[in-house]
Amino acid sequence: MPKDIIQPMDWDVHPPRLSPEYKSTILRSPTQPPLLTKKGLAELSGPAFGEFKVNPLDNDLTQNAIKNGEPIGERIVVHGKVMDEFGRAIPHALVEIWQANSAGRYVHKVDQHDAPLDPNFLGAGRCITDAEGNYKFYTIKPGAYPWGNHHNAWRPQHIHFSLFGANITSRLVTQMYFPGDPLLQHDPIFLGVPEKGRKLLISDFDLALTEPAFALGYRFDIVLRGYQETPFENR
Amino acid sequence: MTKKLQTPSQTIGPYFAYSLTPQQYAYDFTSWTDGEMTEALLDEKLITITGQVFDGEGQAIDDAVVEVWQNDGKQQFFGRYGTGTDAENRFFFKTFKPASVNGAAPFLSVILFMRGQLVHSYTRIYFSDESEKNAQDEALAQVPATRRSTLVAQHQEGGVYTFNIHMQGEQETVFFDV
Repeated sequence: MPKDIIQPMDWDVHPPRLSPEYKSTILRSPTQPPLLTKKGLAELSGPAFGEFKVNPLDNDLTQNAIKNGEPIGERIVVHGKVMDEFGRAIPHALVEIWQANSAGRYVHKVDQHDAPLDPNFLGAGRCITDAEGNYKFYTIKPGAYPWGNHHNAWRPQHIHFSLFGANITSRLVTQMYFPGDPLLQHDPIFLGVPEKGRKLLISDFDLALTEPAFALGYRFDIVLRGYQETPFENR
Repeated sequence: MTKKLQTPSQTIGPYFAYSLTPQQYAYDFTSWTDGEMTEALLDEKLITITGQVFDGEGQAIDDAVVEVWQNDGKQQFFGRYGTGTDAENRFFFKTFKPASVNGAAPFLSVILFMRGQLVHSYTRIYFSDESEKNAQDEALAQVPATRRSTLVAQHQEGGVYTFNIHMQGEQETVFFDV
């Protein structure tokens, strides 16, 4: 299969660059359309994570920042498969996550929300997908939190995901939401996604993955741009 | 088989630093990459690329993430830097200038993320001291001549190049559909 034809961005599911309800896009989105360029060596490659060494607790946010006890909140396990549009697994992809604690407070110094920090929770993790494209994180369910976009604006509970597949064209930063969250219908970041794409950002509660007497399971599969399937061959 | 839909993009938001650039921002989590794209830190051929990212009102953005990737077939380097730790909101990358591939002008690929971008942007960094190759470059030739300079890092003294990114305005950087 030729590996120089990459599936284009699907603008039926990705949000437009300018989405005025999310006010920060107004001064930060390019006004000129992006120029199409022939993909070369640089675009068809990316850093290799096959030999990448993660620390043993990097994918366990319930353990990786403990100072004097367990972090407070509802333990969850989030897993899924990273694949392309044709369902082909993407092994050795780098998955990085970050999130608020159970009270809706980020460790980041610029977060001024008046909710408690948890001394035993950082909220950062990373892992590499296995040969079948699977990843798994243990964490604490993040809380909702207010933000300044408009009066009484609250972000739904979410986990930020950063994905790095086989090349820089498949780079993706996104957010995973939780099923049934009443804030979703009021959130301009989530609603910036065309309706057809929205359900793809909501994880599924997964009883099969739920670990008895330990953690509720959620499944969040991620589909990245992949190589074109060729319906005909000239050779 | 039915094609699966791509997972939609969402903004990186303002609070990425303790996961994506933790050591640069002094968080207690190991960084796997930073602005020093090669470990050969004392090599005299190293170049530094620095600049700012400006919004539509000309303010230097303090919460952008700049990623740089280069692959000239011989050497591959990747770097990532947040614009929130420098007093002037600059980014800094130390690397080797890539070689020309098949006669094309050498360049670095840039992936840019920030709060206020629901989808990341791609651009390229070319070099002002490669004017001969730049003039003959196929990709640069497709860029309108009036906007071409937005892609060229300006060579200063001592192997330093400046490259500013403008999201909007008269000097709006050329972004690519990669």
